[in-house]
Amino acid sequence: MPPTDTEPGSPTADPRVCEAPGVRFEKVVKRFGSTTVLRELDFTVAPGERVTLIGPSGSGKTTILRLLMTLERPDGGLIWVGDDTLWHMERGGGRVPANQKHLHEMRKRIGMVFQQFNLFPNMNVLRNLTEGPMRVLGLPKDEAVERARGLLDMVGLADRIDAHPSRLSGGQQQRVAIARALAMEPKVLLLDEVTSALDPELVVGVQDLLRDIARESDLTLLCVTHEMTFAKDISDRVMMFDQGQIVEEGPPEQIFGEPSEQRTRDFLQAVLAS
Amino acid sequence: MSEVLDSYPQLLRGAWVTVQLTVCGAALALVLALLFGLAGASRHAWVRGLNRVYVEFFRGTATLVLLYWFFYALPLVGVRIDSTMVAAVLALGLNVGAYGAEVVRGSLKAVPAAQYEATVALNFSPYQRMRRVVLPQGFALMLPPFGNLLIELMKGTAIVYTVGLADLARVSKDVQGSTGETVAVFSVIPVLYFVIAQVLLLFVRYAERRVDRMLGRRPSRGPSLGTIAAGAPGTEAAG
Repeated sequence: MPPTDTEPGSPTADPRVCEAPGVRFEKVVKRFGSTTVLRELDFTVAPGERVTLIGPSGSGKTTILRLLMTLERPDGGLIWVGDDTLWHMERGGGRVPANQKHLHEMRKRIGMVFQQFNLFPNMNVLRNLTEGPMRVLGLPKDEAVERARGLLDMVGLADRIDAHPSRLSGGQQQRVAIARALAMEPKVLLLDEVTSALDPELVVGVQDLLRDIARESDLTLLCVTHEMTFAKDISDRVMMFDQGQIVEEGPPEQIFGEPSEQRTRDFLQAVLAS
Repeated sequence: MSEVLDSYPQLLRGAWVTVQLTVCGAALALVLALLFGLAGASRHAWVRGLNRVYVEFFRGTATLVLLYWFFYALPLVGVRIDSTMVAAVLALGLNVGAYGAEVVRGSLKAVPAAQYEATVALNFSPYQRMRRVVLPQGFALMLPPFGNLLIELMKGTAIVYTVGLADLARVSKDVQGSTGETVAVFSVIPVLYFVIAQVLLLFVRYAERRVDRMLGRRPSRGPSLGTIAAGAPGTEAAG
């Protein structure tokens, strides 16, 4: 069953018309050894919706993003991206585990920005941005360079195009990483605690950039963060996780203003106190 | 001492044989190290199995025994290697290549998992991942141990006198026999080995600096080989 944009699980979904696919988790299970991180998790993210995942460490938020980026394999259930299942493909009227070709096709729709930036240290900024579009998407070099220049301009780092990642500050590296993810023109963007590794004075710049991207693009956005103000600004909906289950979800004003669950209140109190 | 110095054409010929054995042995060892090191990092168990068989067999066998095998045993089973030099290069290359394969495998594994994850997020194929990201970064880790192996290989060439090759070690014994200048001969020979080792290391250090520039650890215009050889300030090995 493909995702819809009017699911009850996405009460605040903006029914805007956009090309981005939605995301749907259907009874998804993920275990690490004897620990079950996700327990038959169900949720839907509407096309173009911006959702923030909050919750304590180990609640499964990052695992959700990693499953979507195909960095982890689910132990059960289905993950839909648009009209297709991510980890399964249609074969002879049924579903079989996805092969590399299917995963390659599905990954074209998804991009991810990591907590530790994960830029390639053996490439300068320009090559970090052009390598994917040229080698994976098959873009001609001049087109890939033009795209990279445009994105670097957007993230305010046009003058560092020849620099190596080791010569950039953490904030600059993260902005390059955001540009690198966008260079692949994903429809679904995953942000995994993208400001957690930054010095406090560098956080604002990266957050402002992401606010602009969220406002000006029609990307479907899934964001894991502990920055509650940022979550409030960027999200259509906030989902509070604990022990692999959604405890509570709703518009940011409701979750941060009048949470209905005690677990959410405790978590928010702990985050604000830290 | 002057008699020893008068024998310099003989000593230089011996040094040239040692250099040839080192360079050719290192070239073979490098190819084998990369081939079997990459096999050791493969997703497929049977490919990793090839790595284990090669590494464990040739690492666990004395180079001298390998040399005897190529030189004495192989002709008896119908395979004759006409050149003693080729037999020596095979023995040295196969032995050192096994150590090198472990260096390659370890270096590839030492590239952070986060780099692998970034290539997945950018949808790289396994080949693109290895060629564009993992191998270049792994290469930076391989170079210092490769330098050690190169020196080990050069010193290991001394075994070839047992099959009649007149390398530096063999020549030293000849000159000592003809001149009787035992102390002088065996003082000059280590200096010649030292000089050869320093020249070889010069190339390794040059490669290390190239890799440092690739990783942005030093300015894009690095020192030339001549500058490195002169030990100019700022050309010391990166920490």
